[in-house]
This record gives sequence, structure tokens and C-alpha cells, in this order.
Amino acid sequence: MSWNFDENISIFQQITEHISLEIVSGKYKAGDKLPTVRDLAVQAGVNPNTMQRALAKLEDDGLAASNRTQGRTVTADQARIDELKKQFAKRYAEEMIAKLRQIGLSNEEIIKTVSEELQ
Amino acid sequence: MKKMIEVKNVTKKYGSKTALRDINLDIETGKIIGVIAPNGAGKTTLLKLIAGLIYPNSGEVLIDGKTKTVETKKIISYSPDCMMFSDYEKVSGILDFYENFFEDFNRKKAEELLNKIHVEQGERIGMLSKGKKELLQMFLVLSRDARIYILDEPLASVDPANREYLINTILREYKENATVIIATHLVADVENILDDVIILKDQKLFCYESVDKIKEEEGKSLNEYFKSAFRVDIEKV
Repeated sequence: MSWNFDENISIFQQITEHISLEIVSGKYKAGDKLPTVRDLAVQAGVNPNTMQRALAKLEDDGLAASNRTQGRTVTADQARIDELKKQFAKRYAEEMIAKLRQIGLSNEEIIKTVSEELQ
Repeated sequence: MKKMIEVKNVTKKYGSKTALRDINLDIETGKIIGVIAPNGAGKTTLLKLIAGLIYPNSGEVLIDGKTKTVETKKIISYSPDCMMFSDYEKVSGILDFYENFFEDFNRKKAEELLNKIHVEQGERIGMLSKGKKELLQMFLVLSRDARIYILDEPLASVDPANREYLINTILREYKENATVIIATHLVADVENILDDVIILKDQKLFCYESVDKIKEEEGKSLNEYFKSAFRVDIEKV
């Protein structure tokens, strides 16, 4: 039930990334209300202070906004979310390409493998 | 942030044996603090000193700026590393005791927590498994509306699923104006919920640091850091 963490990396970074991914993948949509710090901390199995800092970081990054009446919401700026999605896609593609190169595939072979898998 | 607990130049001896030597700590309100140490390094002694159950030989412990009084004891909810109740008592009797003894005890909350782990009020303590006894004690302690919670080895006999439930309970019940101190060997289970960690070594303070900072600087988990700092040198033994 709690989130999976790589225990060697700071929890704060991983929470920030986890929620960013949930925003990018549409679990929380632009303008959606986010759960409270307490609820998210219990869900993740982490310290509420750490969760608070992670949410503050998301605000700094323009992905979340604090609203006096509504609490904390996902940014209403869809362009910002799309931009983040691009960043994630780029990173995953880089990671995948690095692995395929490591086992000795050429660019053509990489493209061939990926397009075959997409069929 | 406000200092909730101040430990100033504290030394504690049992007879001629020194249990803690020259400890200094400032612990802020609103934090969850882990105390980890090899066996015999002074964890339980430190917790008892903070709980006001024993006195230092030199130095002082201040709770909310005050030395130990009835008032400071009222705001501390303490769970020792052993069972507080006799096997003959019933769960209901212990709930009655807590209700009578502690003004800030929320009986309804304790009953709800116990229901979740299927502990009946008519049961005698002796009939409960070791893990359930530990959980019972922990839930009683956490059902008080205290400012400082001191939990000495709360997880040792609890199975992994119930351990998660207990940690979740700590997170859910945790209040911003409270301080939680958890001493444990089960570092991997608690490291995600800790703000800071106090590590004792050879009766002295080895480090008092934010867990995230240790991870960033060492590039490894608190559990690994602890193991590498205290690994027994097998070659030499």
C-alpha cells in the first residue's frame, strides 16, 4: 500500500517525482484538487514534513498551486504539464537507448526493435 | 522551530558503569526522530531520561523549557521496551486504567485501533500473541493526546503487515505540535517516516542529523549507513 522507494535515494526527491508522474499520466488532471498532506503522507508511508516539502517543491516547479479556499490543486496550466510529459518521455527514451547501445545495437537496430515491439 | 526537548551535558551512570556520556541534544516540536544504536549503547537510558523516569548524574533534561515536574510528565506518552501490563489483566481493565489515569486518553480511538487487529476487550493479556501485546501497548500510548511520544522498540515482535499498520497509525495520529521519538533496530522499517536520526555509539552521541541529508551525503540508505558504521570486524574477532 505504501509507495515503492529506492532506499538509497532521498525520499523527498522520489515523492516529488512520484506525484509529478501521477500528474503527467493523468491520475490528477489540470486543476484537480490534491489530497491533503496528511492523506498523501499516510498513502506513501512517509513523514508528513517530507511530504509537505515535496508539495512545496511541486509548487515552485509550477506543477501545483495553493489556493486559500480549495487547498492545494494541480496547476491549471495544461502546457506546463505537457512540457513535463516531454521531459519524462525524453529521459525514458534516453535510458532505453543507453541500455540497447550497451548490448551493442546500432541506431537502425534500435529503431527496428522498438517498431517491432510497437506492432 | 520551538525546542521541545533539551538534553544538556547529560551523563548517566549505573553504579560505576557509565550508560551515557556528555549528551547534548535539542529536539524541535513537530518532528519524528529515530534513535538507533548498537546493543548496549544507551538507547533505553536516553529514552528513560527524556521520559523523566530516571535522573542524570550530571547535566539536565528540559521538557518545553522546564525540568521534570508533574506538568512535564502529563505531556509525555511513554512506551517502555518491555510489557507494561500483567498477563492476568483483561484488555478492558487496561483501557479503564488508562482512562482513569490519563486525562488526555481517547478511549474510542484506542478501541477502534484494537478492533482493526481483532483484539477483544474480554481477552486476557496472557492470551494475546507477543506481537499483539506490543501493538496493544503502542495503541494505548498513541491514543493519548500528548506532546511527546516516546516509543522504545515498538516493532520487534510485530509481523510485517501489522508493522505497516502501526507505522501508518503513527503517521495518521501524528500531530504537528507533537514530537515522536522511536528507538528501534528495525531501521529499514522506519527510515522513511523519520525526519532526523540520533545515533549513539559507545555511550556517546555519534550523530544527530536529518535522514535525507545522510542519504544525500552517503548515497545509501540509513540502514546501510548504520550497518557500515557499526559492522563488526569479523577478521579481528
